[in-house]
Amino acid sequence: MSLIVTKNLTLSQGGRSVLHNVDFSIDRGEIVTVVGPNGSGKSTLVKGLIGALTPVKGSVTRARGLTIGYVPQSLQLDGLLPLTVERFLNLPHRQSKAAIAKALSDAGVPQVARSQLRALSGGQFQRVLLARALLLKPDILILDEATQGLDQPGAAAFYIQIADVRNRLNCAVLMVSHDLHVVMAASDRVLCLNGHICCQGTPDVVQDAPEYHALFGTGTQGTFALYRHGHDHDHDHDHDDHHTHA
Amino acid sequence: MLDDFMTRAALAGIGTALAAAPLGCFVVWRRMAYFGDATAHAALLGVALSLALRGPIMLGVLSTAIVMALLVQGLSGRGLAQDTLLGVLAHSALAIGLVAVSFLSGVRIDLMGYLFGDILAVSKTDLALIWGGAAVVIVLMLWRWQGMLASTLNPDLAQASGISAKTEQLVLTLALALTVAVAIKAVGALLIGALLVIPPAAARPLTGSPESMAIATAAIGSAAALGGLGASFQFDTPTGPTIVCCVAAMFVVNTIISRGLKLR
Repeated sequence: MSLIVTKNLTLSQGGRSVLHNVDFSIDRGEIVTVVGPNGSGKSTLVKGLIGALTPVKGSVTRARGLTIGYVPQSLQLDGLLPLTVERFLNLPHRQSKAAIAKALSDAGVPQVARSQLRALSGGQFQRVLLARALLLKPDILILDEATQGLDQPGAAAFYIQIADVRNRLNCAVLMVSHDLHVVMAASDRVLCLNGHICCQGTPDVVQDAPEYHALFGTGTQGTFALYRHGHDHDHDHDHDDHHTHA
Repeated sequence: MLDDFMTRAALAGIGTALAAAPLGCFVVWRRMAYFGDATAHAALLGVALSLALRGPIMLGVLSTAIVMALLVQGLSGRGLAQDTLLGVLAHSALAIGLVAVSFLSGVRIDLMGYLFGDILAVSKTDLALIWGGAAVVIVLMLWRWQGMLASTLNPDLAQASGISAKTEQLVLTLALALTVAVAIKAVGALLIGALLVIPPAAARPLTGSPESMAIATAAIGSAAALGGLGASFQFDTPTGPTIVCCVAAMFVVNTIISRGLKLR
């Protein structure tokens, strides 16, 4: 059975209709990536799927008792709210100390539990958000441009981690991304949006679709091929490995 | 013991500070300072209505505060910028309240008392209402604390975990209206906003978690209430404004100390 199914879903944001007639479903174990230009409705779709937006038309059906692990695009942190990583991971549901320690070490940031959220670097913060999503033992992990603020090797490592999480938890993964080449290599299915679903299918199908080329041009295909064959070569990036974005 | 007016005033001040503490923290975290002001200024209209209808003041204040808060919530995000909208509503509510009070020719009322509070004239009934209201606010905040905190941090993140950001906002709005109704006797319609915002701002540099910030806010608010009461007795100054001066002084001292510690 599918975890989330949308039928004829139409969503609007700020009084403007953004996304039309989306028929979409995602199953356990699948990695689906949503691509599309700015303003194409990628984040709107995510908001619709997690229930933050009510459909104008059509429906979103979530499986009973579905647990969603959501990693937002970014979090506007207010300096006035003091919050440690540990306290943040206890929101909105309390977790045991051991579970928190494990989630942080799984996400690659074992030492930050007592740090203030604001004191983290961009990369650490993204990983804390991932840890929070994992802590819930989600049926589906939803990531909205979760690699923003990570450099290329950092993003690549992040995606490898996502694939690893999928294998361990057997959850579904839905991610929105701009890193076309990385994403295309790592997904089972690609959904190409531009106010509606332009095309969808396996990465190979989508990269040959004329709709995809109309949106992204043919240039990305070269990068894609190059990346596919070389994504474990990161010797050019040695110096970047320790960069984290503030 | 309650026969002494100073004891009653002190208890009223502490009760008000305790109700305002958790709520004030959220007002600061969610950047709702103007929202608090608009709700508080509408309280004066509530006073006028209760006097005209010969009903209990607190009920009138509570209901106009709720209507105002819901109005602000409903109108926001529909064209006008939030601060402009709140400016329009807050000042209009205050002006309409002042005009409405002037129509009440039959009753002699002490306008200053409602604008700046009249904590020295708190009766035993007032005291019961203040502490009852404060208890409801605190229970409400404790009950919804986790969800409110999550939805304050990020509404989408809360929603994905099954917390409705809209419900939390509504509960917060109702608690705010109740706090205004509780606080009007102590500090008056004009200075409730100050009592909501300044104590958490003063507590912020000292604290590292939301809970400790709320507790420090309650302590600072209570200390300011007692200090202000004492100072106003000593120097024969109006009590509500003196309490606010006290808490403002604590804000300045805390900020300077925490800056100094950081520089070292």
